[in-house]
Amino acid sequence: MRIFKETSTQNSLDTLFKTLTMASAVVILIIMAALVMELLQSSSLSIKKFGIGFFCSNIWDPVRQVFGAASSIYGTLVSTFIAMVIAVPLSLLIAMFLVELMPQSISKWIGMAIELLAAVPSIIYGMWGLFVFAPFMAGTVQPFMRNIFGDIGLFSGPPIGIGMLTAGIILAFMILPFITAVVRDVFQMVPSVVKESAHGMGSTLWEVTRKVTVKYGFQGVIGAAFLGLGRAIGETMAVTFVIGNSHRISASLFAPANSITATLANEFAEASEPIYLSALIELGLVLFLMTIIIQVLSRTWLRRVKKSMGVQ
Amino acid sequence: MKTIRTFLTACLIFLTEVNGLLSVAVASDKINVLNGAGATFPYPVYAQWAHKYEKLTKMRLNYQAIGSGGGIAQIKAKTVDFGASDAPLKQKELNAAGLLQFPMIIGGVVPVFNLKGFKSGQIKLSARNLVDMYLGKIKKWNDSAIAENNPGIDLPDKAITTVHRADGSGTTWIFSNYLSKVSAEWKEKVGFGKALRWPDANSIAGKGNEGVATFVKKVDGAIGYVEYAYALQNRIPYVKLQNKAGQYVSPSIESFQAAAVNADWENASGFYLVLTDQPGNETWPISGASFILMYKKQNDAAKAKAVLEFFDWCYKHGADLAKELDYVPMPETVVDLVESTWKKEITANNKPVWK
Repeated sequence: MRIFKETSTQNSLDTLFKTLTMASAVVILIIMAALVMELLQSSSLSIKKFGIGFFCSNIWDPVRQVFGAASSIYGTLVSTFIAMVIAVPLSLLIAMFLVELMPQSISKWIGMAIELLAAVPSIIYGMWGLFVFAPFMAGTVQPFMRNIFGDIGLFSGPPIGIGMLTAGIILAFMILPFITAVVRDVFQMVPSVVKESAHGMGSTLWEVTRKVTVKYGFQGVIGAAFLGLGRAIGETMAVTFVIGNSHRISASLFAPANSITATLANEFAEASEPIYLSALIELGLVLFLMTIIIQVLSRTWLRRVKKSMGVQ
Repeated sequence: MKTIRTFLTACLIFLTEVNGLLSVAVASDKINVLNGAGATFPYPVYAQWAHKYEKLTKMRLNYQAIGSGGGIAQIKAKTVDFGASDAPLKQKELNAAGLLQFPMIIGGVVPVFNLKGFKSGQIKLSARNLVDMYLGKIKKWNDSAIAENNPGIDLPDKAITTVHRADGSGTTWIFSNYLSKVSAEWKEKVGFGKALRWPDANSIAGKGNEGVATFVKKVDGAIGYVEYAYALQNRIPYVKLQNKAGQYVSPSIESFQAAAVNADWENASGFYLVLTDQPGNETWPISGASFILMYKKQNDAAKAKAVLEFFDWCYKHGADLAKELDYVPMPETVVDLVESTWKKEITANNKPVWK
């Protein structure tokens, strides 16, 4: 009797649990759909008026109400690219050091420090970037680069310390702890049996790291990189502080530029004309689409890599 | 079991709290809170006025500094009792929404600069100089066009970096309105607005007054524009500017007020008047008023009266407080004009609210 009663409550609990989890999952879909609908609807005015030209034009003129997003899109892509180029190799190295070379007792503390870094609010990075890092860039890095490469191309322009490169480096600092933390966990999950057998076969530490640890955790590493990418592409406050906020596409890494998020943060509050507001929302839509495209590309690429590497 | 009990107690306490709050809200039929939203520029002075006014009358003013655009949207959505905007609305837009607009406080925009060895007021610029700097036509501080206005001063061979606001702002609106008034070329190429397509390829942008000020302080040879109060409080060197009468003037409360006094408010329909490039020997050429927006037809006479009483108090007793914060109070002649407009235009149930 007692047993029967328990299973019956168990069953009803199970149903409740199922419904609850399903409802939660459906909420995500509803929010996504609502978001897309809202973005499309609110940006329809701008989509109709500017069409495909919105993506190609560099002209952002709130007075004449002509809007082109090319400079913002370019800025988002390039600053994120710089951040990834710096952050991914660096965090791989840090994670390798933490897992393979450092004694567990110390590594634990460093790991905690990294997690703490990840919790620093982005505005702090932004202010640090503007007040500490930008003067350093203007006073030391830029003159140094100009002495080596001359005042042309990638390194031209007056040394003001803010611009694309500064934004990219600050972004790299911000995503570094995220990527490192995940990659470290991934490397730690590699079974020691596998590593020990490789050592037993006479492999050096480098060989074990390269051929066993990294290969074993490859999927996780890519996942970590995309986590960082996702954060970098949507980062707002820190970028707004240091990117220079200029609607121009410039060859120089030191020139002030703009990103989608920075444009939104700067201009949304005072945009009162319908077409201006609509163009800003279309920028949001573009960012949303970019994130989706990156997701899809990363998935397909990951699948192909997995196949070629022979992992299940 | 114990945790459940604690949880329930917590819930109970929470509910009583909420209930208490609600009953307070319901019990006070009398109006004791006014809501406004909008421009950030006058926020410090509105907040000070509200603080003092609440002490005197127990009437609380909730002012959310969400930006002029937000203020206009909020008053149109009727979620606030009044909106505030740095840029005046055109009569057509006011009529379409049934809104009345009146100026509340004056502020000035001041070109600030950073040139090694030069102090506040040591450099004089004509309107033409300023326009050409921002157009990217004058590239060096020792350009003959600048030297002409500064006889006997040894200007350095330094590149000019123009600094502007990155965020949409009323300050940019006033500044570019001035540039448009004094230069046909600027008007045609750039125009005026809260955000612009800046023509100078060498210009950089900072967020807020503090962002512009930071860049001006950091870059040798920079020129930017900030609100007067900000320039004064942070002791950023400013330039002397040539006004419409041809005089070189320094920014000061007196020179802003001169702009307001000399302006032709009587003939400005809907108080649409920008205090840039106004006549008068003492007048600072880049000033602007910040405006309040209210509905002409009010539903609640008592509430409308309470709002107007607050503004009346600000006009008549708020001047010293405003000056302490380096804002410029409206001159009396303009206040009289505004209050007579209240009498004529603001009604509830077809009866005037303000007598």
